[in-house]
Amino acid sequence: MIRIEKLSKVFHPGTVNENVALRGVNLTVKEGDFITIVGSNGAGKTTLFNAISGNQPPTDGRIFVNDVDVTRDPEYKRARYIGRIFQDPLLGTASNMALEDNMMICHRKGFKGLRISLNGRMRRYFREQLVQLEMGLEDRMKDNVGLLSGGQRQALTLLMMVLSEPALILLDEHTAALDPKNASLVLKLTQDFISRFGLTAMMITHNMKDAIEYGNRLLMMDKGEIILDVEGEQKRNLTVEKLVEKFHQIRHRTLESDEVMLSDT
Amino acid sequence: MIEGIFVEGLIYGLMVLGVFITFRILDFPDLTVDGSFPLGAAITAVMITNDHGMGITLLVAFAGGAAAGVCTALIHNKLKVPNLLAGILTMTMLWSINIRVLGNRANLPLLRRQTIISDVLELTRGVLPREWALLVFFLLLAFVIKLLLDAFFRTDLGLTLGAMGDNQQMVVNQGVNPELLKIIGVGLSNALVALSGAFAAQYQGFADVNLGQGIIIAGLASVMIGEFVLRSNKIFALTLRVLIGSICFRGLMYLGRYYGFYINLTPSDLQLITGVLIIVLLAITQLRGQGRWKGVQQQEPLTVAPGTSDAGTPVDGGEQ
Repeated sequence: MIRIEKLSKVFHPGTVNENVALRGVNLTVKEGDFITIVGSNGAGKTTLFNAISGNQPPTDGRIFVNDVDVTRDPEYKRARYIGRIFQDPLLGTASNMALEDNMMICHRKGFKGLRISLNGRMRRYFREQLVQLEMGLEDRMKDNVGLLSGGQRQALTLLMMVLSEPALILLDEHTAALDPKNASLVLKLTQDFISRFGLTAMMITHNMKDAIEYGNRLLMMDKGEIILDVEGEQKRNLTVEKLVEKFHQIRHRTLESDEVMLSDT
Repeated sequence: MIEGIFVEGLIYGLMVLGVFITFRILDFPDLTVDGSFPLGAAITAVMITNDHGMGITLLVAFAGGAAAGVCTALIHNKLKVPNLLAGILTMTMLWSINIRVLGNRANLPLLRRQTIISDVLELTRGVLPREWALLVFFLLLAFVIKLLLDAFFRTDLGLTLGAMGDNQQMVVNQGVNPELLKIIGVGLSNALVALSGAFAAQYQGFADVNLGQGIIIAGLASVMIGEFVLRSNKIFALTLRVLIGSICFRGLMYLGRYYGFYINLTPSDLQLITGVLIIVLLAITQLRGQGRWKGVQQQEPLTVAPGTSDAGTPVDGGEQ
C-alpha cells in the first residue's frame, strides 16, 4: 500500500552541521500491517514519519501510496488519508475549544463548508463513540479540551483519528509523555482500535517490550537506515535480549541509548 | 451625549470584531487594520460623492477591506514573511492607495450629502430624537452583524478557523490547507474593519487618509477591556463582549477628551493614553496569572514536539 524508495534526508547539506537523517530507506507497508519501530535517538524514526506525512520533504527518493507518487504533495493533502499522533498530547486537539467542537472539526477530513453540522444527532453519535474510551468524557462534551488530562487528550485524539478512517496511521511515541498507567491505557486502546477497524499502522516506541508485544512487524533503525525488519513467526519469538543481541551482530557495537536500555528493565 | 458614546462604540465595534477575529481567534496579529479602516472610509466617501447607492457602496467597501486582508495573508503565506511584517507592508501600501481612492487628496468631506445617517434621520423624523434614532439603528446593525458572525463560527468552516489559532498542526492533520484558512480569516476581518470605516466616515461626515492612525491599538484595547467585563468560552458571549469593550473604550476616550482638559491633556494625548491603558490591562492579566495574551500563553506548548512548530519550516535539533 505504501512504498518508499531510496528515501534520504540531509539537514543543512554542505555545511559543517550537515546531518544525514535518512540514508536511502526502502520500505513497503502492506495493508493491515501494524509495524513497530525502535531505534535510539537520531536513528531517523521521526524524520521517516515527517517524510511520509509530508511535514518535511525528503532530500531524495520517492513515496508511493497505492502506486500514486505523493512525494511532493503538501502535508494537508496527505492528511486526508494519513492520520498522525504526536508525542505531545497538546498537538492533537484545540485546548480552547469544547470537546464536541474538536470532534466536529475532526469528523470529516478536507475543506469545511458553511454548513452547521453540529446538531443533536451528531452529539448523540459523538457521545456513543466517547463511551468506548471509558473515561467519562461523554459527560464532558461542553468542556474545553484544555481541562482534560494528557492521557484523556491523547485517547480523544486517537478516537477522533480512528473515526475519520485513515488509510495509514502514524503514531510517534504517542504514549511517551503520559504516566505509566495512562500510557498502557492508551496503548491498549490503540491496539484495540487497530484490530477492530483493520487499520494499517506504524508506531515509533522507545519501549522495546511494547515494540515486541504489539504489531505484526518490527523495524529497527539506526543512523538513518532500517537495519532489521522482522515479521510473523520470527517477530513473535523475539525477546528484548535477542533484539539487543541482534543489534550487536549487525552493527558490531552495543546499543548505546540509555532510553532503549532503561525502558526494557 | 451618552448616546453618542454608544453610537461610536457600536460603529467602531465592527472594527473591533475584525481585530478580535485576527488577534484572538486566528492568533494572527494583523496590522492591516490601520490601512483598511481608512480604505473603507475612502471608498464610501468617493462613492457617495459620485451618487452611488448605499447598498453597493457598503458592498464595495466591504470587498475592498477583504482584498486588503487577502493581500496581507498572501504576502505572509507565499513569501513566508512574519504576519506582523506582512500587515505593516499592506498598511503602508494602503496609505498611498487611499489617497488615490480619494482622488489624490487626503480628505474628502461629506457635507450635505445623502448618507446612511441622513437616511436614518429622515426615516425617524418626528418619531425619535436624532441621537436616539442613530443609537437604535446602529444597535440593530451591530447586532445583526454580530449574530451573523456567531452563526459563521458555528459552521464547520468557522469551527476549523477557531482551531487554527489554537493549534495549527491539528488543522493540517484534518486535511485543511492552513494558508487558505488564513486568507479567509484575515480577509473577513479586514472586510469588517472597512465596513466599520464606511460607517465612521458617514457618521463623522468626512473621510481622511489618517483616520486609521492608531486604530489597531484602539481595537486591541477594546478587545481587552471586553475580556475584563465578561468571561466565557461561548461564541455568543465572546462577540458580545467585543461590542461592550468597544463601547467602554469609547467612553474612556470621551472622558479623556472632555475631562482630561482639567489635567492639561489634549486630544493628541489620547494615543498615549490608549497605549498606557493596554499596558495596564496586560500588567493586570499578568498579575492575575492567567496569561490571556495569546502571544505569551500559546507559544510554549506548541513548540514542545520537534519539527512541528510551524507550517513547513524545518526545526533543527530533536529527532533527526
